[in-house]
Formats: sequence, C-alpha cells, structure tokens
Amino acid sequence: MVEVTKLITLSTQNLCRNFGNHTAVHNFNLQLRRGEVLGLLGPNGAGKSTTMRMLTGNLAPTSGSIEICGIDLLDKPLEAKAHLGFLPEVSPLYFDMTVDEYLLLVARLHRVEKQSMQEVMKSVKQRCGLSDQSQNLIGTLSKGFQQRLGIAQAIIHNPDVIILDEPTVGLDPNQILEIRQLIKELSATSSVILSTHILPEVENVCDRVQIMHQGTVVFDQTMAELRQQDTNLGNLFTQLTQS
Amino acid sequence: MLVTIIRKELNMLFISPLAWIMLALIQLVFAGFFLVRLDAFLEIQSQLLQMINSPGVTETILSPVFALAAIVLLMITPVLSMRLLAEERRNRTLTLLISSPVSITDIVLGKFLGLMIFLAIVIMLIVALSISLRTGGVLDWGLILSNTLGLFLVTACFSALGLYVSSLTAQPGIAAVVSLGVLLGLWMIDLVASETGGWIHYISLLKHFRYFNQGLIDTFSVAYFILFIVTFLVLTIRRLDGERLHG
Repeated sequence: MVEVTKLITLSTQNLCRNFGNHTAVHNFNLQLRRGEVLGLLGPNGAGKSTTMRMLTGNLAPTSGSIEICGIDLLDKPLEAKAHLGFLPEVSPLYFDMTVDEYLLLVARLHRVEKQSMQEVMKSVKQRCGLSDQSQNLIGTLSKGFQQRLGIAQAIIHNPDVIILDEPTVGLDPNQILEIRQLIKELSATSSVILSTHILPEVENVCDRVQIMHQGTVVFDQTMAELRQQDTNLGNLFTQLTQS
Repeated sequence: MLVTIIRKELNMLFISPLAWIMLALIQLVFAGFFLVRLDAFLEIQSQLLQMINSPGVTETILSPVFALAAIVLLMITPVLSMRLLAEERRNRTLTLLISSPVSITDIVLGKFLGLMIFLAIVIMLIVALSISLRTGGVLDWGLILSNTLGLFLVTACFSALGLYVSSLTAQPGIAAVVSLGVLLGLWMIDLVASETGGWIHYISLLKHFRYFNQGLIDTFSVAYFILFIVTFLVLTIRRLDGERLHG
C-alpha cells in the first residue's frame, strides 16, 4: 500500500504574493499527484509566472506555504529544491559554454552522483535530442535546440516535480510534437506543471487544467471532466478571463 | 557545492579571452616596471654601498613594484568582478543557480573565491618575478611576505566591493564603472588623508596597504581588511536574499 502523502508531490496552501499594494497571486491552492500533468492557463499578467517563481523558491510568498514531496520549501529550501526542476520563461543558458560543459555544471549543481554522471548526461541528451550537439557552443545553437537544452537542464536530475514556463515557444511544429511526447514520457515518473498560451497543447498533454485570472484560480478541473461535459476550452477561457 | 560554483567561475573566466589578455598585459606592465627599478638600483648601487644602514635590494626594487601592483589591481578588479552577478542577471541564469539546491551564501562565496583564485595567480606571478632577483643577491623574505599578504588582502577588498556592486545591477558595464568609481574614491581619500591626517585615513584601503608595503603587518590593518571583506560579502548575500523577498 502506498501512502497518500507519497502520492502528493506538490502541495500549496493559500499562497499569496503582493507587490506593494498590487496583489499578483491570491489564495493559490494546489495538490499535485505524481504522474499528473497540470496545465496552467491565463492571460498575460494573470500571475502564472509569479506563481511558478514562488513554487521554485525564486520568490518568497507573502503568505501561505509550499511543500514539495512533504518538505517545506521555505523551511528547508535546499532539500526541497533537490526534488525540483524548473525551466523559466527565458532558458537560463551560459552562451559561452558547450552543451556538455553546461549539462555537467547543471548535473553537479543538482548533486548528481559522480559514478552515474556519464550515464545521466547521455540519457538526458538522448531524451531531448541533443546527442549530436555535445561539443557545440550554446550561443551558436538554434532557438529550438536552446529550448531543448533548457528542458534538459530541468529534467537532468529526475526531479519529482517539473515546472515548465511556456516550453514550446519558438519551436517549429515538429519540435512541438517532440516536446509534447517528452512531457508525456516525463509524467510517467514525475508531476509536471506547464504554463502555456496554446490551448490545443493543454488538450493534448494535460490531465488537469487551471485557469488563472487577475491572480486567482477561476477554474480547476480534470481534462476527463471537461471532455465529459463536452466544453470547449477556448470558449471557456474567453468567458472566464474577459471580465 | 561551494567547489562546484568556484569551478564554474574559473571555467567561465578562462574560456573568455579577457582573463588571458588581462594576465598577459598585467605581466607585461609589472615586468617592465620591475626592469626599470632594477636598472635604477644598479645605477645607484655604488652610492648605496657607502651609506650606513642603506636600503636593500628588496626595499628599493620590490616595494615599489608591489605598490604599483596595488594600483593596477585597483583598476582591473572592477573589470573582472563586473560580470559576476550582473551578467548572470542579464542572461537570466541567476534563476538556474537559485532554483538549484545551492544556498545563496554558497553562490556568493563561490563567486568571491573563484575570483580570488584568479587574482592569487596574478599575485603569484609578481612573487615569481621577485624571486627571480635571488639569482643576483639575498632577499628580505619578511618584506616579500608582508607585501604579498597585504596585496592579497587589499585585492580581496576590491573583489568583495566589486561583487556587491555587481549584485546591484543587471548591466556589467555599469557595475564596472561604479565599482571603479568607488575604489578611486577610496584612493582619493588616501591622498586627502596623507595631507590632513586625522581619522579619515583609517578608511583608506591603500593607506592600510602602505604599512604592509613597508614590511609592517599591523593587526589593526588586517582587522580592517577582513571587516571590509565580510561586510561587503554579507551585503551581497542580503541583497540577493532581499530580491527573493521583495521581488
């Protein structure tokens, strides 16, 4: 029998964030199960990126708590962050490094064991289609490859929670399909949070949808429920966020 | 984790041509100045011999070289320290470090120590230059030691200040200009202090270095340097932490 707490990889309680008088995120509650892919939708400025920055420890919440695999992110940031992989809006790449140098650095930062280093690097490059780029400078890679490297950076240590902020921006249609496939593969072992503006993408890969508007979650349902009700996500989105 | 950050910083330094050009140019300047001093020494050597208690070779040649080194390092440290945090912020790579299981203290200390290792290489090259004099005479090792220690500490102060300034902005250029400005300001204080005396000379970094330059290891100066370094490192850590808290 598996304990319920082990199934929940990420849980937040009444997460709030104010910037001065402006409330960016208000009462964000989330229980994410292992293997679940959550699509976070919302118009620009709805608070998606702020939420993601809080979940990854880049921004401290004004109030509320975040637990990753049962570890409080604010109390024990280092232990909690070890279970976390994050791809921000702009991929955090060092353009002067080669792909291998960069992945080695990221693996070290995430405390990948020395013995398994070669194996981990090889497998992550294979998963993200970077095997032929090992010795290339990151600055000379095309946007698509840079984006893949950004994803590789987030998944290299097999984290339990993977947070991807608009991972398919700037990719061609083939690459988008590959990335979606990759996200599905990742969901076998981890939970994934995905923010995006592309609605078909959500319908394709996500198990659950949350729509944010003006800092609050205005909609939270599983894809299965949505299909059952035969609701069109596009209409729903417009309805909820145009007020 | 500290080691990972240090290795990364050194790696980043040495894959850019900046570090290599810097090392070459610095060495050229020091070697040139060293030769000029050596030449001057050889010219006045016969007169020195007639004096009682005359200054030795270390004092006449090496002390000025180390004094010049302090000024040169004051100029170049801002160029090396500017990119430490400002560039990470501009390229949005700071997010990578902060999302990793690495504490902010480790990030700041790692960056500081990485830069110090590079600057220690520069200082070691000067020491090597000094040791080359041994082929022609006897050296005053105590004076060399106090000069090396002083130069190392004063450079650590420059780096700590540069690192803090770099944490304030997302533009490496601005970071360089501001920290150079502040360091030059501290140098100006030194010039003022030597004229008026009083309390103001306690603040001047180069004033404290001058004691080391004369072969005097003063605990007050050592304490001041260490206090200066710790203050700016703590300020940097607080600054990065504050960014997480205040956005």
